[in-house]
Amino acid sequence: MSDFLWLVIALPLAGSVALHFLGRFMREPLPGWLATLAIAGSFAVAAGAAIPFFAGTGETEHLVIWEWMPAIGATFELQWDPLSALMALVVTGVGTLIHIFAIGYMHGDERFHRFFTYLNLFAASMLTLVLAGNYAMLFVGWELVGLCSFLLIGFWFTRPSASAAAKKAFVVNRIGDLGFLIGLMVMFATFGTLSFEGVLERAGAELTAGTATAIGLLFLVGAAGKSAQVPLYVWLPDAMEGPTPVSALIHAATMVTAGVYVVARSSPIYAESAVASGVVAVIGAITAIWAASIAIGQRDIKKVLAYSTVSQLGYMFMGVGATAYVAGVFHLMTHAFFKALLFLGAGSVIHAMSDEQDMYKMGGLARRMPVTAATMGIATLAIAGIPPLAGFWSKDEILGALFERGGIYSALWVVGLITALMTAFYMTRQWVLVFTGEPRWDEGVEPHESPRVMTLPLLALAVLSVVAGFVNTPFRFALEHFLEPAFEGVEMQHAPEGWGMFLVLAALSSLAGVAGVAAGWLAYNRPADAWRRFQEGFGRLWTAWEEAYRIDDLYGAVIVAPGRRIAEATAFQIDSKVIDGAVNGVGALFFRIGSGLRLLQTGYVRNYGAGFAAGLLIVAIWLVMRGLS
Amino acid sequence: MTAEAVIFVLMGVTALAGAITVVMARNPVYSGLGLLGTMLSLAVIYVAQLAHFVAAIQVIVYAGAVMTLFLFVIMMIGVDVAEDTSENLPRQRVVVGVVAAAVVAFAVYLGVSGGFEWVPAGSRQPAAEASIGTVQAIGEELFANWVLAFEVTALLLTVAAAGAIALAYFRRRRAVRE
Amino acid sequence: MTDWYMLLAAALFTIGAIGILVRRNALVMFMCVELMLNAVNLTLVSAGRALETLDGQLATFFVLVVAAAEVVIGLAIIVAIFRHRETASVDELSELKG
Repeated sequence: MSDFLWLVIALPLAGSVALHFLGRFMREPLPGWLATLAIAGSFAVAAGAAIPFFAGTGETEHLVIWEWMPAIGATFELQWDPLSALMALVVTGVGTLIHIFAIGYMHGDERFHRFFTYLNLFAASMLTLVLAGNYAMLFVGWELVGLCSFLLIGFWFTRPSASAAAKKAFVVNRIGDLGFLIGLMVMFATFGTLSFEGVLERAGAELTAGTATAIGLLFLVGAAGKSAQVPLYVWLPDAMEGPTPVSALIHAATMVTAGVYVVARSSPIYAESAVASGVVAVIGAITAIWAASIAIGQRDIKKVLAYSTVSQLGYMFMGVGATAYVAGVFHLMTHAFFKALLFLGAGSVIHAMSDEQDMYKMGGLARRMPVTAATMGIATLAIAGIPPLAGFWSKDEILGALFERGGIYSALWVVGLITALMTAFYMTRQWVLVFTGEPRWDEGVEPHESPRVMTLPLLALAVLSVVAGFVNTPFRFALEHFLEPAFEGVEMQHAPEGWGMFLVLAALSSLAGVAGVAAGWLAYNRPADAWRRFQEGFGRLWTAWEEAYRIDDLYGAVIVAPGRRIAEATAFQIDSKVIDGAVNGVGALFFRIGSGLRLLQTGYVRNYGAGFAAGLLIVAIWLVMRGLS
Repeated sequence: MTAEAVIFVLMGVTALAGAITVVMARNPVYSGLGLLGTMLSLAVIYVAQLAHFVAAIQVIVYAGAVMTLFLFVIMMIGVDVAEDTSENLPRQRVVVGVVAAAVVAFAVYLGVSGGFEWVPAGSRQPAAEASIGTVQAIGEELFANWVLAFEVTALLLTVAAAGAIALAYFRRRRAVRE
Repeated sequence: MTDWYMLLAAALFTIGAIGILVRRNALVMFMCVELMLNAVNLTLVSAGRALETLDGQLATFFVLVVAAAEVVIGLAIIVAIFRHRETASVDELSELKG
């Protein structure tokens, strides 16, 4: 089956190319269904190829498509192992549902076919990233998804805020990519190859702790850029300018998890460096609690989800940083389901509210949109970590691993618990603000349930959000066995053994989730005046959350403004005066020399003759004197 | 004084006088006549140096053909326009004076220092036969060792004749049209 | 004796050169060129005699032929210019300048 593996990438790519050239000749729903067909086919192929892994008989396979630069191990090579398979299935599975949703959501957009061109291109790029057999190809996919992210954030580029957000995402990602690229160079200098096999097999034997730390930290810079970790997370909230299906697919479910994937994929390197792993975990913890606190204060329905995404990505980083790779990837998977669901639900709400995104102007939508309300409610409980939904199991596993690891990771465990509490609170706040209470709609807004093409994906994702957690429970570590071949020989952190510890920890995290949900419910299931007073009770702290700690202003003052000043100085002072001055000066010099020499050309032949005679005399004297000596 | 010295002094004086006339005369006709005198004087000097053939050609070609051509052109384009001898190019006469003075100074220096020979003693070839410039001797030498140069010269003359015709004919046709 | 011939030739050559530099009548300048060529011929003949070889005279012969060709072309040009510009002064032909 893996002989057809290239189809996984080729199908969406073909869909993208076809839509690019032929899309404009198609009537509206057709491009969407074509794109959906392409990615659904890709899902089918990936699922078929993954069957041996489910059966436990699969072995890691390599499929070389094209010898690009074999000397450095950079070929177009697909690697098919359980980790790739899981990522590919998540990308194509969630992707298919989001494609279907987008057919309804993008209805009436004049660049309908273009949207699906990009969406398919993104799918192909992301699959290139996760199926890559070496770091060079991974980097190709890494850059391609960045490009697609840029294109899709700026899809409504006529809005200045959208094009600005697209640029911001691109530039911030570029900073991370630079770190990643340097990391690749260090890696190549160390191993002389970039292939996963070559690097990861020899990592244990040849890698010194210093080099491992260097590579690990440089990779972390790249991962922090792509996965929106502190301090490079600022682009992700702005990325919500893109159409909501994009936010769901790229900026929640798939692309932003690439950083987690890279860390998990490079586990043998991180295994050599406790420092790098620790930094990953600490960065993740800071991001988790930092973004969670900002999410509490947001009033834009998508901004809440954006900061929530940043926070949950921080959770995954905590997991992989604590070398609990399975836990991190597990959370990646469950998060993909319920966060995609939340975004699609938010999209459904926005669609119904005629593009209104302010939650303070919603309320009471549950009666108008029962399906959306129910599915989003499930997702909210899932992300809050209420057992037995998906989020509970994955989050609990990360927390368990942190607890078991001990040391500074115990502090991270506390941070994780507090973050879980906050997550439950702000997600409940969102759901309550949107779906219950009195309607606070603007005049003329008539919310209505979304069409079936949008609600069906919601239902499918809701089911997944409920059941996905059961793939890896203390009763049966199915996912762990599934992923085992991918992490062969890597020491991995687990949650504590034994039912007693499990129950204590699970009770604690459940308690955090339940407490958060209860607090959110109590605080916000009241008339608007009451919860407004509740918010004002926080004083300036609330303002700080609402304004996201004004980090953008800080970056603007510390980095952007000086950069702009340097650019202006170089452009208007150094370039126009020094550089141009030098260039023009050379020109002016020769112009002046020329206009001086020009006068020698008098046009009088007798002047030329005089010069000729003088020269002749000099040559004659020289010849005679040479003969004399 | 040998006969050659006498001839040299006489003819040298007339040659110099002719040359100065060429430069100084305001009327081109006098210049032409001065040049004619110089050429004839040189022809005599050639005879004194036993270069009979060259002397003959000097008279026939230079004094005869070339000078006739010169005088013809002088008459054609007018002799009545006396040339304005005032110099109008800045520094031209200064440069000429400096160059001429430098030539003289260098010549005087060579004469005073005495280390300079026109014909170094060692370079004289042993005379196989008397180098008398008879037509026969010149002809034998010319067609034995200088054939290629001779042919090229013939070609040059042909081209020059054709060129002169082309220049003159082109102008005449324009003149007719006007 | 050779020295004196050479000095005479040098004097003639210098006079011719000065003539070219100070006169502006194209015809007179041309005559000065002829004068210089004659001076060179004198050196060739004299040196050939001093070296007891005929090569000097042969070189003179070629100089003479080239001079004849040059006179033909040069005078044709002067005539053409005169027809066009009604002048024989080279100073008035100074359009080609910087």
